[in-house]
Amino acid sequence: MNPKVTETEAPAATVRKAARHVIQNEGLIFEKSAPGKRGMEIPPLDVPAVDPTAALGQEFAREAVEGFPEVSEIEVVRHFTRLSTWNYAIDLGMYPLGSCTMKYNPRVNEFVARLDGLASEHPQQPPELAQGCLRILHDLEQCLISITGMDAATLQPAAGAQGELTGLLMIRAYLESQGNPRKIVLIPDSAHGTNPASVVIAGYEVQNIKSNARGQIDTDHLREFVTNDVAALMLTNPNTLGVFEERIAEIATVLHERGALLYMDGANMNALAGVTRPGDFGVDVMHLNLHKTFSTPHGGGGPGAGPVLVKKILEPFLPIPVVVRREGGQYSLDGNRPRSVGRVRAYCGNFGVLLRALAYALAYGPGIRQATEDAVLNANYIRKHLEDLFDLPYNLPSMHEVVFSDALQKVRGVNTMDIAKRLLDYGFHAYTTAFPLIVPGAMMIEPTESESKEECDLFVDAMRSIAAEAATNPELVKTAPHSTRVGRLDEVAAARRPILRWKPADDKELAHDA
Amino acid sequence: MRYLPKSPSERQEMLEAIGARSIEELFQSVPEKFRLRAPLTLPGPLSEMEIIQYFQDRAAENARGCSSFLGAGVYRHVRSVTADALVQRGEFLTSYTPYQAEISQGTLTAIFEFQTLMCQLTGQEVANASMYDGSTALTEAVLMAARLTGRSRVLVARSVHPEYRQVLATYARNLGIEIVEIGYTQSGQIDRAAIQRAKLGDAAAIVTQSPNFFGVLEELPALADEAHAAETLLVTCITEPVSLGVVRPPAEADIVAMEGQAFGVSPSYGGPYVGVIATREKFVRQMPGRLAGQTTDAAGRRGFVLTLATREQHIRREKATSNICTNEALYALAATIHLCLLGKEGLREQALQNLAKARFALAESEKIPGVRRVFSGPFFNEFTLEFPRSVKMINRALLGEKIIGPYALGTHYPELTKRAVVCITETTTRAEIERLCAAVRRILESPV
Repeated sequence: MNPKVTETEAPAATVRKAARHVIQNEGLIFEKSAPGKRGMEIPPLDVPAVDPTAALGQEFAREAVEGFPEVSEIEVVRHFTRLSTWNYAIDLGMYPLGSCTMKYNPRVNEFVARLDGLASEHPQQPPELAQGCLRILHDLEQCLISITGMDAATLQPAAGAQGELTGLLMIRAYLESQGNPRKIVLIPDSAHGTNPASVVIAGYEVQNIKSNARGQIDTDHLREFVTNDVAALMLTNPNTLGVFEERIAEIATVLHERGALLYMDGANMNALAGVTRPGDFGVDVMHLNLHKTFSTPHGGGGPGAGPVLVKKILEPFLPIPVVVRREGGQYSLDGNRPRSVGRVRAYCGNFGVLLRALAYALAYGPGIRQATEDAVLNANYIRKHLEDLFDLPYNLPSMHEVVFSDALQKVRGVNTMDIAKRLLDYGFHAYTTAFPLIVPGAMMIEPTESESKEECDLFVDAMRSIAAEAATNPELVKTAPHSTRVGRLDEVAAARRPILRWKPADDKELAHDA
Repeated sequence: MRYLPKSPSERQEMLEAIGARSIEELFQSVPEKFRLRAPLTLPGPLSEMEIIQYFQDRAAENARGCSSFLGAGVYRHVRSVTADALVQRGEFLTSYTPYQAEISQGTLTAIFEFQTLMCQLTGQEVANASMYDGSTALTEAVLMAARLTGRSRVLVARSVHPEYRQVLATYARNLGIEIVEIGYTQSGQIDRAAIQRAKLGDAAAIVTQSPNFFGVLEELPALADEAHAAETLLVTCITEPVSLGVVRPPAEADIVAMEGQAFGVSPSYGGPYVGVIATREKFVRQMPGRLAGQTTDAAGRRGFVLTLATREQHIRREKATSNICTNEALYALAATIHLCLLGKEGLREQALQNLAKARFALAESEKIPGVRRVFSGPFFNEFTLEFPRSVKMINRALLGEKIIGPYALGTHYPELTKRAVVCITETTTRAEIERLCAAVRRILESPV
């Protein structure tokens, strides 16, 4: 394979972030397999062997797994190391991904998550032998309660979307206890896609409400919508434009006057920690994404954790079990809570993720405010240096992220996706494209506090250089990326004739027809 | 603060560039009365050494140094340092969801390999890129069956993991899905006569687990025939997938929900683990969760992308197949690397060792006066024993000998007090088994 990057396709020499570098080719692990090789040995059997057919019966026994890989340890190490070099990562540089809060993942958190006595613990072991685990959960709950200003927490939800569902189920249970679960949950048009999807699973109908010209909720408009059928409003604050909902307290009042609750999607908590607390501005229930604000590694798509924090009125409805600190400092799990919404995940949630989030919170302590300030500083710095070249559809004070649009580049036929793909050639990950939906051609940029001034400057240089390319050589941007291992991939073909697993060569036809 | 890469003068310089007099000015949109005036009440800040000390102290408060005979959905199996070192490469650990395919081919290729391995193991045609865990995978599999059949009753075996059934009940409640519980027979298997009595013809699915919570294997081909004759689906769940190294795969099931923790993921007090849904090709558009698919770029080079996204919430919003967004990619990777290391022979050997050691342990247990096997059905590495005294009492006494005893069934099955599920894996030594049996014998011989 001979990548064809001409001098003109390569980023301008003035851009200092990236240089070209040899990348190893590598097939699929199945293509390297040969009978008789293996990469792991286990201690010899110390009891009499049994015949599987005799032990299980003919109808339950199977032969070895057909097609399973047979490779040595060094081949596995090289295979996955080579694959890893095909990825971009936070450890390599900035992810300007709006709404995703891709920040530094401290290595000490990985170390403590693997300690013997933590990683080794079984979720069903008796609470008297799990006091350390339970205290970790309890300490994290206390940290999150302090940061959000809420009254109680559950750490069980496995990710943000499951947190949303859990919060909505608690709203439903609370309203049912008041006599009427109601029917509708209001969602602004700028919301994350998980919000409406979670509402449906909680048994509610979604009613979308339009943002006003300032990209915010109009309280007069909201008043018309909040009938006795409305259970709650799900609001992201700061919203997905990176703008704080200035009338948040009034919004809460409008809802509360009519017996509805305010749910806050805490995806953007990185703009608020240590500066202001949702519990103080009228929020009744919220979730946090620990893989965003609390730095647990994204891992190429998970795991996450989506703790839910609630006000006192919702506490009886928390999922079971609840971690309880008894007098004398003993911890236990309380599963006997008749008003609970039930269980949303087996065991106590993603303990290993929760533990990392606590390590992060402990590292900062009250100093978490400095992280928030730096995140907002970075976003505003980048905005300042790009607002002369890119359209800013909502000229409002930015918090941790800024949303531009591709309007000025569109006239040359260059859209947000093209610019995002061209960023890859400059050694950056793309920003978030085409979201929020209220901004056509959105370019959503969130640097987080983890970026130095130098990295922010490099990003600004890259964006400015791409803006110049869009004006003088739009084709170059429209066909980007030019320097990556593969070019833009044919997604239409992938969806039309899905190939979702490897099959042996003589079985290829089957793979295509499947 | 060591995680923050700015000097005070750089902060000042940046503020000046923005044209702000102070950092406060950047928070002006937060109403004055809601801005915190005092620092938060939080422990810390802690240095790296102090953080390690805090967690070492917590680890010392747990069960370090105990032998354990707990399974019940979470299994201690061999793990490899190699796999753990590889998943800690920053390019895997700190990368985002692979939406930008051109700079995410590492993750996407590994997901494609994961999907392939899961298909090979389960005998199914397609598998997704992962779910949160087994409990939510099973729940999503049931919701999927309801969508596919347009029916809202499901027949759920009482021998499915009790916590999985609790999660299913939480989701089902508001979606109008009726759960009919189906009991078990003396073999420990689902009661087939009860399935027929429960009006199978109206049901979206029969929902089972195999090996089930009592450790017993279900007769899946026969159950599938029964389900299909009534145009019902068979959904089956696997919490102990090492069994698939020696037990017939659930190829006849329509949807398989699996917990992949046993593939090299540490117990970690309940998570993170890795759920999977595998199913038939024709059902793929109703499947929840991300999928990686093979395609090419303009130059004809092979590459992988996330595909069939029109099922997902970021495209379909309230009409999506599920609200799932984040999955467990890093643990799917860990399982993939683990299975590649173990390979065809290693998995087979591991499964055979579980089979042999569990049978040895059963034989040793049955020598203890008053202790007997409860269910007659075939089993893999877990079996249910009946004791002449309360399991709670026996387990309490075992703790004194640094042994975490078998899982007491009485908590979730009031009809099964004095019964417990013993789990034996390849990591359980013969000496540990003998020590357990000797201790139980001693406890039972001691006066009440």
